[in-house]
Amino acid sequence: MSAISSLSWRRGEKGAGLVLRGARALDPRAGIDAAHDVVIRDGQIAELAAPGGADAGELESVEAEGLLALPAFFDPHVHLRSPGHEHKEDLETGTRAAAAGGFCGVLAMPNTDPPVDSAPSVHALRQRADREASVPAGFFASITRAMAGDELTEMAELSEAGAVGFTDDGWAVPSARVLRRALQYQKLAGGVLALHEEDSELSGEGVMHEGAVSAALGLGGIPSISESTMIARDAALAAYEQARIHVLHLSARESVEAVARAKEAGVRITAEVAPHHLTLTDEAVRSLDARFKMNPPLRSEEDRQALIEGLRSGAIDCVATDHAPHSPEDKEVPFEEAAMGVTGLETAFAVLHTDLVVPGVLDLELLVERMTAGAAAFDFDVPTLAAGSEANVALVDPEAEWEVGIDGWESRSENSCFAGRRLQGRVLMTVAAGQVAYRQRSFAMGVAA
Amino acid sequence: MKHLLAIESLAPEDIERIMERAESFAEVGRRDIKKVPTLRGRTIVNLFFESSTRTSSSFELAAKRLSADVVSIRSAGSSVDKGESLKDTIATLSAYDPAAIVIRSPHAGAAELVTRWTDASVINAGDGKHEHPSQALLDVYTLRQRLGSLEGRRIWIVGDVLHSRVARSNILAFGAMGAEVTVCGPPTLIPREIETLGCRVAYTLDGLGDAEVIYALRMQRERMGESFVPSIREYAARYQIDARRLSPRQLLMHPGPVNRGVELAAEVIDSPNSLIAEQVEGGLVVRMAILYELLAGGERPETARRRPEEVPEPSPIGEPA
Repeated sequence: MSAISSLSWRRGEKGAGLVLRGARALDPRAGIDAAHDVVIRDGQIAELAAPGGADAGELESVEAEGLLALPAFFDPHVHLRSPGHEHKEDLETGTRAAAAGGFCGVLAMPNTDPPVDSAPSVHALRQRADREASVPAGFFASITRAMAGDELTEMAELSEAGAVGFTDDGWAVPSARVLRRALQYQKLAGGVLALHEEDSELSGEGVMHEGAVSAALGLGGIPSISESTMIARDAALAAYEQARIHVLHLSARESVEAVARAKEAGVRITAEVAPHHLTLTDEAVRSLDARFKMNPPLRSEEDRQALIEGLRSGAIDCVATDHAPHSPEDKEVPFEEAAMGVTGLETAFAVLHTDLVVPGVLDLELLVERMTAGAAAFDFDVPTLAAGSEANVALVDPEAEWEVGIDGWESRSENSCFAGRRLQGRVLMTVAAGQVAYRQRSFAMGVAA
Repeated sequence: MKHLLAIESLAPEDIERIMERAESFAEVGRRDIKKVPTLRGRTIVNLFFESSTRTSSSFELAAKRLSADVVSIRSAGSSVDKGESLKDTIATLSAYDPAAIVIRSPHAGAAELVTRWTDASVINAGDGKHEHPSQALLDVYTLRQRLGSLEGRRIWIVGDVLHSRVARSNILAFGAMGAEVTVCGPPTLIPREIETLGCRVAYTLDGLGDAEVIYALRMQRERMGESFVPSIREYAARYQIDARRLSPRQLLMHPGPVNRGVELAAEVIDSPNSLIAEQVEGGLVVRMAILYELLAGGERPETARRRPEEVPEPSPIGEPA
């Protein structure tokens, strides 16, 4: 296990000093759920004192009664688009978006231009993140050279260069032979293999979930089984090689079942799900609005329910946003031509809180647990409020209502499928690796007054 | 009605109104001078990003019969081939202040997207495999001319439903007029869950004798290369409508162009059962009715750049221009 602060980010001179007065401190994993003065000194959780009991001294005092102090979230699946697509996002804007969403750490996918498939690329990204990133960022390297699916990258050297894991996200590794070699090589190189599971023979030219809506719209369908059959194949390979895999962005009921079966069989497998798959279905695509186009696609209500149940049962370990920024030109085109992907960092907590926690579908405790657990899947310390640990804290107003996008975005892109929605629950402040990474503007002004 | 984008968004009354209007235009077509002044001084842009003979010529002639000025643009040789986006193309054409843009695109939802970028009325002349509403309206018109009401009529749509925008629009349109629709074709060419549109599904022609109307779809030869069917020979053996399968009391339709000897045998195309020529005739008057409905019927279309006093009054269709 490594500290989140071991990732790359713009380190400050000294750690934050804050007292969050009277917040409801909630960290289910550590058994913490009570009103406290959360004392952060030198970037560490110094103490969870009784409300009003902390002696602030030189520390900044933040009135936090009625607010939630949560362990900050960790997102193992974002696209920061650097190098090559900085008009969509870069390390600075992407990590600012993460901080605004309450995330204290993100892991970035290597499907950049060029892809991250060599040690110098990893070094360059880490150095840039040291200058630009608001929250700690880690970088995956690709499994195959140029993400072409044919030859392995120099995985051992990439690991030494600081790659946090390996993935060809955006595509599956179509060849079972190549993936098997990568799983074997993991014994030398380390690093979890994060797998985008899609049999392109089955998904073909599809642009949305195959079902009643694709039948009505005449759009090419991506059947659920194009995902689940690949998960089954790769779980079998991982079992045979005793390797460790993480399944990216589950979207279908059959996929949840495949992961659950693999877990029962003892395969070292973890899995994630994205907020949009937990809250939207293919019915949204009837609008033919390209903001609802992503891969894997929004699926049926039955699939959505299975994903929620998987999150509850633990078949799915964590929430990951698959934050995928795109420029307007990529989306202001007919649905079939539009780029796949939606942004997600700035809305993840609020969307899940509004659609799942407020109506009582999911407990807040479980949501907090699943939004932080992505760190463990890649061997990083899970953010916690326990005294003595590195301060990774999201201060959240669970009652605040806001309209998505009305105050603009931290991300360079606006392709959110939740733009215009009214949500309940807003991140007011984020402490990442001991430093204040974000203050929501009106909240910051309130503090100043 | 401002736009015609999909049958899905039409109420049965809308279809009825267009049908009645088309019948009155049929009378115009029987005169020596087949032109009325309804849309004089107004511009209609035909924008076709896919090849089309029937639909584009039919819309063009319909607009001319209503005295509109028509600009027809095909993607070959236009700035679209130079990489211009649809949005920019529409912005350029909108500068001519067209009353309507008729668009055919290989992509679902293209017509709807265009409505965001122009003040003109937008007519979907086929968007990908999604819908082809003017085709469905002319098919309803043609059948009504022959059968009167479609209420309770049994209609079979046979062939490549998966790739057919005509099938989607017709399932909805025939259904809206009260017909019972069955789609039939190889299982590889019937989309999963198509029955949610309100039709039955059959994989063989065994029950075809029950149909009052058989609507054959075009079978594209390139589907073979994609392994949807093993061979055209096998397809024709199972699904071709020929004299043996077509009884004298059944009506036969096809959206054209026909692959002779594939989905239809030569002998049935020219048989008395066939409505194929009537469909083309009906296409003209129905498209006139569509243009009338959007541009002259009911509320005045919003053309932002034209002052109200400049809008010519729609003339009663009885007076030749």
